[in-house]
Amino acid sequence: MKKVKADPKGVLTGSHYLDGDYALAEGALAAGCRFFAGYPITPSTETAERFSERIPSVGGVFIQMEDELASISALIGAVWGGKKVMTVTSGPGFSLMMENIGLACMMETPLVIANVQRGGPSTGLPTLTGQQDMMQARWGSHGDYEIIALCPDSPQECFDLTIEAFNLSEIYRVPTFVMADECVGHMHEKVVIPPADKIELVERKWHKGPKDKYLPYKLDKDQIPFMIKAGDGYRFHTTGLTHDERGYPVIDAECQDVCVRHLVDKIIINADKIIKLEEEEIGDAEVVVISYGITSRVTTKAVQQARKAGIKVGTIRLITVWPFPEKRIKELAKKVKAFVVPEINYGQIVLEVERCAGGQAPAILVPHCGGGVHNPDDIFSAIKEAAK
Amino acid sequence: MKKEDRREEKNPIQDLLRMDRIPHIWCPGCGIGTVVTSFAEALRKSEIDLDKVAVVSGIGCTGRVAGYIKLDSFHTTHGRAVPFATGLKLANPELKVIVFSGDGDIAGIGGNHFIHAARRNMDIMIICVNNFNYAMTGGQVAPTTPIGANASTAPYGNFEYPFSLPYLAEASGATYVARWTALHLRRVTKSIQEALTKRGFSFIEVITPCVTLYARRNRLGDGLNLLKYYYEKSEIQHGADTRTLDISYQGKLIVGKFIDKEKPTFLDCMNEHLAKKLGDKYQPYGVNNG
Repeated sequence: MKKVKADPKGVLTGSHYLDGDYALAEGALAAGCRFFAGYPITPSTETAERFSERIPSVGGVFIQMEDELASISALIGAVWGGKKVMTVTSGPGFSLMMENIGLACMMETPLVIANVQRGGPSTGLPTLTGQQDMMQARWGSHGDYEIIALCPDSPQECFDLTIEAFNLSEIYRVPTFVMADECVGHMHEKVVIPPADKIELVERKWHKGPKDKYLPYKLDKDQIPFMIKAGDGYRFHTTGLTHDERGYPVIDAECQDVCVRHLVDKIIINADKIIKLEEEEIGDAEVVVISYGITSRVTTKAVQQARKAGIKVGTIRLITVWPFPEKRIKELAKKVKAFVVPEINYGQIVLEVERCAGGQAPAILVPHCGGGVHNPDDIFSAIKEAAK
Repeated sequence: MKKEDRREEKNPIQDLLRMDRIPHIWCPGCGIGTVVTSFAEALRKSEIDLDKVAVVSGIGCTGRVAGYIKLDSFHTTHGRAVPFATGLKLANPELKVIVFSGDGDIAGIGGNHFIHAARRNMDIMIICVNNFNYAMTGGQVAPTTPIGANASTAPYGNFEYPFSLPYLAEASGATYVARWTALHLRRVTKSIQEALTKRGFSFIEVITPCVTLYARRNRLGDGLNLLKYYYEKSEIQHGADTRTLDISYQGKLIVGKFIDKEKPTFLDCMNEHLAKKLGDKYQPYGVNNG
């Protein structure tokens, strides 16, 4: 993995007062993203607006496509043309992108999609928050594959995690999602953008050997194939069909096994390197609250109440949601009385917690159907219940 | 005859084919192969740098072209070849990007992308092989199926109005529009050659027989018969008004080059407009070749 410093042209160094949506665009520009194809959708549109305003003086392309099907297709094309790319969307647009998220996985195309989540299903609550696309991010496209998903809880993290998402997408050649939500997207806070030479980026894993020896899907030692771009004389082929290391379609169960197993394993075996958690007072905790995104900020208040009431409660904030921190939850399940999982949906990540806990500790859901954040009292009540 | 005495038969376009993937999947009598031959011939004649040519296909019988052409080639998803090509072209403007796909892919599931790429005058070429049905999936009715023709999902004959693709292309903004049948080999080659040297959105429709499904279901004879039939039923009318190009079932086919005009491309417009608005602040993009 080759690390490089950010190109100062895209980095708006300084202290800013930005909303999360703008910070997503700044993160992308700092990470070297020079191609953005998008379609307007509330509450994510401001990211596209910001990018369209900034890119002409940075050097790159913004294009508003005819729909989200086209946006994601253009992104994949642009990656194979050599660019770092991003788009932003929300629920309905995310649904439309699912088809070619699968293509990006299959072609092992690094790209970043931010989803500023709103309440669903369907058109749902365009202007109000939700965390209801968490399972869709993981399972939304057909077939078996793995992706990476990160959850920012502030505008600062919208910036930081977008850069992180670009780096992870390049390392593992996988679509990487920044799963924000309307609250974080529209919240204005201080965002500090460091100087370009303090921003470390992962360079695309370019193939540098002899062209005639190149095989697009031959795995390197780290299980990730080398990448090339169109126009460099390789005359290579890639396809959404199950393929061998030449990138040629092979329609049989043996090749499917190798191809799909690789798409899944390359993330699973590196899960420990990918996963980032923020833990607090886990040591002697009897109850652990697991949350992500805006909900983790609401959780803080409930946890303070609980500690005041003498309950031994710790917290885990999932910065990485996918791959899921299975190992850590398994470990904790042996020690704690219960997990409490507040989320702005009717029970998604709680299912993962439950699965990993394997019956050793209950996972108590604090649901919210969307349109607002939890009342901290509801989370507090669940903690009290869990501590009994 | 001793083995070494035998003259080795060489496919005349084998340099442009992935010979390790031949034999191809197309049925005997299918017209797609002849269009590929015309394409290869056009590339050879145009003498352009083949390292800078990329082929993008969607899904379907024609969608398999990308898999056989020995260039940078992308076999994408159903209907999405055009927006994929848009991204590829914009990311690397020095590429000549050709979308090679079928009527269902381009005008059915990908119809919206097609008209928008034409509207933007995206500098890409579309070669659309029109065989009047969804062949890969078994001969279902398509947005191009003529009224009265039978298809597996129109077992009593099609009653929907079909698209006239050249009309759609022109109305949407294409700067080069032509239609031929697969037997017009040299004319298809010439059109592709012209489009290769042109900047802007080019659209070439090639009417081909689908022997196994469309022809058999409609009892239209074998591939060669139908190939000849289309050829004989065609009437060359260069510059014809694209509103007059409707195709009726086994009726007359008006072919020719209908549109060939100059218009600034998406990147031309972007560069000119932003330079005017932003002056020195603007970083021109891909200007030497876009």
